[in-house]
Formats: sequence, structure tokens, C-alpha cells
Amino acid sequence: MRQFDVELKELREGIMAMAGVAEDMIELTIQALAEPSPAKAEQVNHLDRKMDEWELRLDQQCIDLLALRNPAASDLRRIASSLKIIPELERIGDHCCNIARRVGMVHPPILAGNDLERLGTETRSMVRRAVDAFVGNDAALAHAVILSDDSVDALYGKIYRDLLRIMLADPLCIERASHLILVIKNWERIADEATNIAEEVLFILEGHSAKHPYLRGDSVE
Amino acid sequence: MLIPTVPETKPIKLSVRNMAFSYGEKKVLDGLSLDIHAERVTAIIGPSGCGKSTFLKCFNRIHEVSSAVNVSGDMLMDGVDIYRGGIDEVDLRRRVGMVFQKPNPFPKSIYENVAFGPRLFGVSDRTSLDGIVEDALRKAALWDEVKDRLKESATGMSGGQQQRLCIARALAVNPEVLLMDEPCSALDPIATAKIEDLIGELKENLTIVIVTHNMQQAARVSDYTAFFWLGKLVEMDLTERIFTTPRVQMTEDYITGRFG
Repeated sequence: MRQFDVELKELREGIMAMAGVAEDMIELTIQALAEPSPAKAEQVNHLDRKMDEWELRLDQQCIDLLALRNPAASDLRRIASSLKIIPELERIGDHCCNIARRVGMVHPPILAGNDLERLGTETRSMVRRAVDAFVGNDAALAHAVILSDDSVDALYGKIYRDLLRIMLADPLCIERASHLILVIKNWERIADEATNIAEEVLFILEGHSAKHPYLRGDSVE
Repeated sequence: MLIPTVPETKPIKLSVRNMAFSYGEKKVLDGLSLDIHAERVTAIIGPSGCGKSTFLKCFNRIHEVSSAVNVSGDMLMDGVDIYRGGIDEVDLRRRVGMVFQKPNPFPKSIYENVAFGPRLFGVSDRTSLDGIVEDALRKAALWDEVKDRLKESATGMSGGQQQRLCIARALAVNPEVLLMDEPCSALDPIATAKIEDLIGELKENLTIVIVTHNMQQAARVSDYTAFFWLGKLVEMDLTERIFTTPRVQMTEDYITGRFG
């Protein structure tokens, strides 16, 4: 294998490892919220440092590859997109911390049913599939992730409206509901980041931007 | 779209249709069709032996000076066939200048190198020649470096200066097209940068076709890039597109260094 291919493989494996930490953080966050478990919330916080370390290391690897290898075509697209995927993963970690920080503030539960848990697991599924699409060069899976974002957004909207109703009905719930609004907003942001990663995967594989489809067809001078 | 589609505004200067070329029995180019736009830089890339330099030489028929060759198909300049349109070869080589891989100044003074072409085409009075020489040396970004030593031998110049002198020599006869066959391969990075800047300036009035082994150079200087392989055109497109999203896998493999 050429040295450049070895370095590209290292970058890819680094991103897979960083994504693995992100998935661990999401899983722990879901559990910390449901149980509730301050210990697991603390673990989430602890893992965030790892994410930050990965971000610095992988950013540098990308810059080195650009400077030393003059990448072109799909190599160039993969490195340029990696530079965008890495901060998306890092932000997923930050959002998990934001949720974990509120674990003690949202109990006892005020939401009926399992919508909150579903929001977490659907978001987790989007991140997992976005990472799988990156690892497996799977454009169809990336497209599917982007479509899933609508369902997460709809669920977020439903819980938000439920929380407003709960607050109106019982002022004693306002504090917990306020924290829950921030919790669901963070889940919704994580789903957006999974969408962004999927869009980058499509850029790598198909060579054109999947962002802002409403602008497609317009040419920019 | 990743690359915005801006319509090409420059006319087609050189047009090649189903062109084939052989040295005696040996076929070097086959089935080539492409258009080269005026006032644009077109880079030809491809592995050694793919016919890039041969293709370049076909545009001013310079290969005919030394070998028995056979050219079929159409090669048009401004719509007139270069081979069958009754064009005078010597005049063709004035209109289509060429710069080679290794600088090849004549063993004469700097002045005489540049004045050689115009003299050949009948310019004899000193004032006109002086004007042409200065103009060509200025266009080749060499005037300030040599204006005080025009009578010195060209062979005493640095490699980069010699190459710019060869460009000045080509410019002195007022060409329409400039063919460049790996013009920087014998030069250091500073001299290379000067030639590349010069290419950017010259294309305002000239059609430039450059053969280069240096992929980054093709990316830096050209508007269009054509990838040749085994005497055939694999892909030609806007340079940005070739280097970010080539359509053909073989082009991708070549520019990413995974060829063969």
C-alpha cells in the first residue's frame, strides 16, 4: 500500500474511533437520563475530553495531508469533508454533555409515554447510520439518514408542545419542563449533526454538495 | 453543482476531429477529437509515451521537419485545415509558436535570439527590430533583467532566463498560439513560478496549450485539462472539474497517483 493510502486509512480509522466515542456518549446519555444516573452523566463529561483530544489530533492529520500530499479528486473530497465531519462529532459530544448536566433536574418525570426515550434512540440511530455510511461508503444509507431528520424534528415539535401544555396546566412543573426543553433541543441538534455528516458522505461519494437542495440548479458566478 | 457552469465566451481556436497520427507504421495518436478555446490555457496530462508531445507538435507540423509521418482526420485553426487548407508551413510555425522542455537559445546574443524570427520574416530596419525585441522581452517578463546586456551571449543566462528568452523569441513573431512542452521541467521552483505567472499574463492575447507532467502545474495554470492515455483522449473538462470530480475512473486514478 502506498504511504498516502496508509495515511488516509489512519485518518479514516481515527474518525471511526472518534465516532465510536460519540456513540458511547449518546448511549450513556440516554441511560443517564432514563435511570436517572448521575454517575453515567459524569462518565459522559469525562468522555468529552477524549472527543476534544481526537478533534485536535484529526484536524492536524487533515492539515498535514493537504499540505504534504496535494490530494486531488476523491482523496481531496474525503479530506475536505473530514475537516467538516470532525467538528460535527465534537459538537455531538458537547450536546451530550449539555443533556447529561440536566439529568438531576428533570426528575421525577413529567412527560407521559416514552417520547423522550424515543427522541434519544432515534437520534442515536441517525448518528450510528451516518457513521456507518461514512465507513461503508454507502450513499443510500446517507440519503436515508437525511430523510430521518424530519421524523426527529416532528417528534421534537410534539414533545415541545406537550411541555408547553404541562407548564400551562401546572406551574410546579415549569422548572423541570424548562430543563426538558433544553434536553430535547440538544437531541434535535445532534440529529442535525448526523444529517450534516450524511451530507458530507454524499459529497465524498457523489462529488456534489447535498446541502441546501432548494438552491440546486442555481449557478453561482 | 460543485462547479458552477459558466458558459464559455471565447471562440474555438483549434479544433481536432477524429485525428490519428503515426510515425511510419507506428500509430501514436488515434481517434482524437477536442476543441481548444482562444485565450485559454489548455493542459495536456498523461503518462510518458501517451502521445502528449506528439499531439502538441501536430499543431505546427514541426514533426515533419525530421520524420516521415502520417496524419489523418481534421486539425483546424480558425476553421482552416492545418494540413490540407493550403497553409504555408513556415507561416503556420510563425502563428503557432513553440517552447520546449529544455531552454534552447541560439548561441548568439540575447538581442539576436529575439530578432532572429522577425528578420526571417523580413524586418530589417534597426528601429523596428529594437522595438520588437523590447516588446517581446517585456511580454516575457525578462526586459528589466537583460536590458543592459542585450549584446551578451544568451548561453550565459540562467536556465529560467533562457526559457523566458525562448518565450520572447516565440512572441517576437506575433504568434496566435503558443505550444509549451513541459516548459518548466528543467527549472527551479522560483523560475517555474515566473513562467507560470507569465502564462497567466500571455493568455490574455494568446491561445496556450501546455504539456506537463506536473499535475499541480496543470491545476495552477490551466483553464481546461485533457487526460491522454495510449494515444487516446480519456477525458477533457474544466481544470477544476478534472481535479475535484473527474467523470472517468482512469482520470481519477491518474491524478490521485493510483494509476497502473
